Amino acid sequence: MSEQTLHHPANLGHHFDTLDQQHSANVLGMWVFLATEVLLFGGLFLAYFVYRTVYHDAFVEGSHHHNIVLGATNTAILIVSSLMMALAVRSAQTNNRRALVLFLALTMVFGLSFLGIKAVEYKEAFDTHQVPGALFQYEGERPELARQVEMFSLLYFAMTGTHAIHMLIGLSIVGFILYRSWRGKYNAAYYTPVELGGLYWHFIDIIWVFLFPLLYLYGRHVAVGG
Amino acid sequence: MATITLPRREHYLNISYGVRSWLLTTDHKRIAILYLITVTIAFALGGLAATLIRLELLTPEANLVSSDDYNKLFTAHGVVMIFFFLIPAIPAVLGNFLVPIMIGARDLAFPRLNLMSWYVFVIAVGLGIYALLTGGVDTGWTFYTPYSTSWANTRVVPVLIAGFIAGFSSIMTAVNFIVTIHKMRAPGMTWFRLPLFIWSMYATSLVIILATPVLGIALMMLLVERVLRVGFFDPALGGDPLLFQHLFWFYSHPAVYIMILPGMAVQSELIANFSRKSIFGYKFVAFASVGIAVFGFLVWGHHMFVSGQSVHAGLMFSILSFLVAIPSAVKVFNWTATLYKGSISLQTPMLYAIGFIGLFTIGGLTGLFLASLATDVHLTDTYFIVAHFHYVMVGATVMAYLGGIHYWWPKMTGRMYPEGPARASALLIFIGFALTFVPQFILGYLGMPRRYHVYVPEFQVLNVMSTAGASVLALGYALPVFYLLASLWTGKSAPANPWGASGLEWETSSPPPTFNFERTPVVVAGPYYFRGPITEQPPAKTTVQEPGGEVH
Repeated sequence: MSEQTLHHPANLGHHFDTLDQQHSANVLGMWVFLATEVLLFGGLFLAYFVYRTVYHDAFVEGSHHHNIVLGATNTAILIVSSLMMALAVRSAQTNNRRALVLFLALTMVFGLSFLGIKAVEYKEAFDTHQVPGALFQYEGERPELARQVEMFSLLYFAMTGTHAIHMLIGLSIVGFILYRSWRGKYNAAYYTPVELGGLYWHFIDIIWVFLFPLLYLYGRHVAVGG
Repeated sequence: MATITLPRREHYLNISYGVRSWLLTTDHKRIAILYLITVTIAFALGGLAATLIRLELLTPEANLVSSDDYNKLFTAHGVVMIFFFLIPAIPAVLGNFLVPIMIGARDLAFPRLNLMSWYVFVIAVGLGIYALLTGGVDTGWTFYTPYSTSWANTRVVPVLIAGFIAGFSSIMTAVNFIVTIHKMRAPGMTWFRLPLFIWSMYATSLVIILATPVLGIALMMLLVERVLRVGFFDPALGGDPLLFQHLFWFYSHPAVYIMILPGMAVQSELIANFSRKSIFGYKFVAFASVGIAVFGFLVWGHHMFVSGQSVHAGLMFSILSFLVAIPSAVKVFNWTATLYKGSISLQTPMLYAIGFIGLFTIGGLTGLFLASLATDVHLTDTYFIVAHFHYVMVGATVMAYLGGIHYWWPKMTGRMYPEGPARASALLIFIGFALTFVPQFILGYLGMPRRYHVYVPEFQVLNVMSTAGASVLALGYALPVFYLLASLWTGKSAPANPWGASGLEWETSSPPPTFNFERTPVVVAGPYYFRGPITEQPPAKTTVQEPGGEVH
């Protein structure tokens, strides 16, 4: 151990010189990680655009199966949860522990509501046989599109499912930060984990902002089969 | 800097003992050693599969293994060598050890993430090898659909999961390198004072960050299709197999650069030091790394010239593939120009480095045959392409890896390796390599397809030559395991700078203390400056700060 560690503040890693350096390293690390997440979803988005181009009519029909009210509500819920997260970061910066705990809790409430509504939508898809695979049944007017509508449904589940997994990870992270905030671990001088959790949470929300129009609104102005 | 190693000096190896102190370490140097052991085991297993392949190909008939087992062997060889050896080898071993030291940092930015990357890697290797040993996979390392999703009756799923998990490990290492290089450089260590090793590692990390997740999602889509029988890629289920190939090669072509850029990183250090000259055209070499990283993302379609992609796409990918040769050639010319009028000494690392230049040049130039649409149609899926990529991945990357291991061995272990056996094994490897793969170029040009275990009798002579070469190669690879291990007990104690080399890692003791430097170094000079032969110490690049003084 070098003598430098003796002067170190409690939250400063032994290999950093200052809290500023540590904070900016952590934030850059999260941004670089988010770049990998963009590319991960990128593969699914590519598949979506390829098949949407080839199977246009089927994708219009597929998107009509989804409940636009539930989708729009969920979009609103996630955007509000992002606001809560931003306010939580702000509260940490202003040393307001009560507000920090409150806003993190609200972020989780909205996040869980999103997943609840998503579960309702998934159940509806099961009940109406819109799930790809063995359970899938095509009930439209153009049987030749059956396979292609199933492809839309597969992409719907793959994309929203991957998103939901990220929501679960995000909720665990926010839950962990909430616990630590309640224990008073963060303050204006050290709130890096709150900010990193916030970045991840906003990223998940942004993905949804793209998913909603692509999966729910595509071709809504076009009549089915038209 | 003391040049005499004091017997009781505390360093990263003797600061604590016991299994726990290694398995729970967050010291980047110890993690590098953990990786070194792991990838060496992987290399041995991948090499074993290669040995069986070459033995089977000794005769035109199938008389050692069945067709199915042969398919499993070449898949195992590819998967293990690529995912478990070539991709992690130089970054996770030499990069892990050297990146913080070379920039004057005490550790990587995220030490615990670094340890986690090793555990994740071990899980991936364990799962992958378990699956390959208990049933195996016969799809080839490329997992092409629809065979891999609808027909293959082997253990595809666990191997896909292993590949997916291994990706996380690469990403963790790459995030660590990028952040460390941006945020943790010592005072005075400007971007253009960075050793070229760091520039190449940085470029490698960029490629890992942007390519690996795409492979991850492609493997997951494959998994979903295979398990749930829903079609992303299988035409029978409404999918398009070409989409898989696009996603796969969008990672796997850049992955070639993930494997070769770290080799170039080592190469620049070796050539400069053993020619006793500053590298010719430092900025060109530095930006060539970034150029390769960028162009490397735009050429994946050259794997699909005969897969039914459009002719226009083929044309574009062909042109772009020619363009990526430019930054690669810049590097080769600059290394060669560095040798010119240099004071060359042929220590073992330099033998590897010179071998690298020759073999990489052949590997690169034969790549141009494959980038040309017309010749590629003739050469696709023949032994020509097998020889081509082995020249790059083995002839260049593995040579650089071994050269680097020898060069930094005194720094890592505090012991000198024995020069005689080391030179002998470097020569054996070079000769064995040439004898193995030159015949394969000819075989491929004559039309012998890859991935078959029987062939027409006319090809036997060349195949026997290739197998004979592989035996020499195997001997060359086995030797270092013995003399390097023995050197831990019998080797001479290494001074801080046995090569008269230039760089921060040589200005701390061998092996370095846990925090790399006794005091935060302050860098006052650029990376390459030498004085006299390798027995002469160059002027110091750093001054040290006063003890107790404010850091930064």
